[in-house]
Amino acid sequence: MQKAFTKEEYNKYVETKSPKSKILRNIIRAFVVGGLICVIGQLISNLLAARGFSKEFTSSLTSLILIFVGALFTGLNVYDELGRYAGAGSIVPITGFANSIVSPAMEFKSEGYVTGVGAKMFVIAGPVIVYGTSASVIAGILYYLLRF
Amino acid sequence: MATKSNGKQTVKLQNPPSIVSTASIVGPKEGQGPLRLYFDNIIDDEMWGEKSWERAESKLMRETFAKILDKAGKTSGDINYIIAGDLLNQCIAATFGLRESGIPFFGVYGACSTMAESASLGAMLIDGGFADNVVCMTSSHFCSAEKQFRFPLELGSQRTSTAQWTVTGSGGVLLSNQGTGPYITYVTTGKIIDFGIKDANNMGAAMAPAAADTILTHFKDTGIAPQSYDLIVTGDLGYVGKSICEELLKENGYDIKDRYNDCGVMIFDREKQDAHAGGSGCGCSAATLAGFIYQELQKGCLNNVLFVATGALLSTTSSQQGESIPCIAHAITIQRSL
Repeated sequence: MQKAFTKEEYNKYVETKSPKSKILRNIIRAFVVGGLICVIGQLISNLLAARGFSKEFTSSLTSLILIFVGALFTGLNVYDELGRYAGAGSIVPITGFANSIVSPAMEFKSEGYVTGVGAKMFVIAGPVIVYGTSASVIAGILYYLLRF
Repeated sequence: MATKSNGKQTVKLQNPPSIVSTASIVGPKEGQGPLRLYFDNIIDDEMWGEKSWERAESKLMRETFAKILDKAGKTSGDINYIIAGDLLNQCIAATFGLRESGIPFFGVYGACSTMAESASLGAMLIDGGFADNVVCMTSSHFCSAEKQFRFPLELGSQRTSTAQWTVTGSGGVLLSNQGTGPYITYVTTGKIIDFGIKDANNMGAAMAPAAADTILTHFKDTGIAPQSYDLIVTGDLGYVGKSICEELLKENGYDIKDRYNDCGVMIFDREKQDAHAGGSGCGCSAATLAGFIYQELQKGCLNNVLFVATGALLSTTSSQQGESIPCIAHAITIQRSL
């Protein structure tokens, strides 16, 4: 072509031509849906506490229930629709974590239970687990050192 | 001396092959789009009775091939070569789908430019006297492409506004040295062009310079004016890429706006079908060529079409390593009569 762009110039030009994501709309949706999931979690927690369960048992059981619901709705082909609407609102809560494990497990079932489901299950959640665990170890060491 | 070459990148076919039949089969979403009446078959379910997306895509290929032969009244014994490819690793949709055909096979990979690439090679084989009948075809499948290139289908993630939707569909043409048109008269082969775009969710912008370069080269090589074409149609640049390609050509002195469209723009309804920046995938331009373009040429509503399929030549590995996206566009001129 006659007009030679440099790569930088073309990237800048493309930025002006590409439609932007609707950030405000996405933030509001994420806030509402993410908030609602947390409210549901709190409700479950309060109901369990009212039944006289201990604080520790209540928080573990609440997490378990939410993970189950996230996995169930993924299996029912609903969670991806929710995610398309809510974005981070449904990714960040623990239900989103369940979705990130169940969805590749479903997708790669066609490659078998070992090389498919087993190997690919953590393809999205894996990095979260690796860096989450590493960060907590570092925080633990810092906490230990700062105590003295 | 290559007697049939016509400029730097173009070949003028001296015995232009005729497109004697075409076929297209698409998925349910494409079957609800604006071009639905032009497709031969619309499948109800993307798995199509198979146990994996990959097998479903192979079936698309196999059934489309059968339909091409059926519509032309030919048997597999009449076909000298098949030239086909797709998006899956090692082109397994094409090779698995066509393994029972018993016909000499050339596998090609041009990403979403495969339809124009295979038709270019097929036309040259026939013009060169190496074959009487060649089938050129390709396919793509939304689910198998998402699985290979992006995220699991059920993952609750959002697509960016520049992302395109891979078409589930297969399309192909039967080229022959017998027939009464439409004819493939020119072939302009694209160069690999990389303008440094790294965002795999903005492939239209990555591919637009390749499309503009091939179209521009075609005009220069052949001396054909854009006004001679009723339709100049790019493969799958989508909304973003289409407007960039249009502007790049305008800056170079060719205003094609009134006769320019893009298969990625045509195949889905942007408002109703949530396809973001439009359609993509090999099947997008293939099904549009085999459906809309071919039928409109036959009806006489179109007489002279420049079909430019575009491909982004990236892989998941190159994207993860932060490489930019090399792209390509191949053009063929299709004329209703000579």
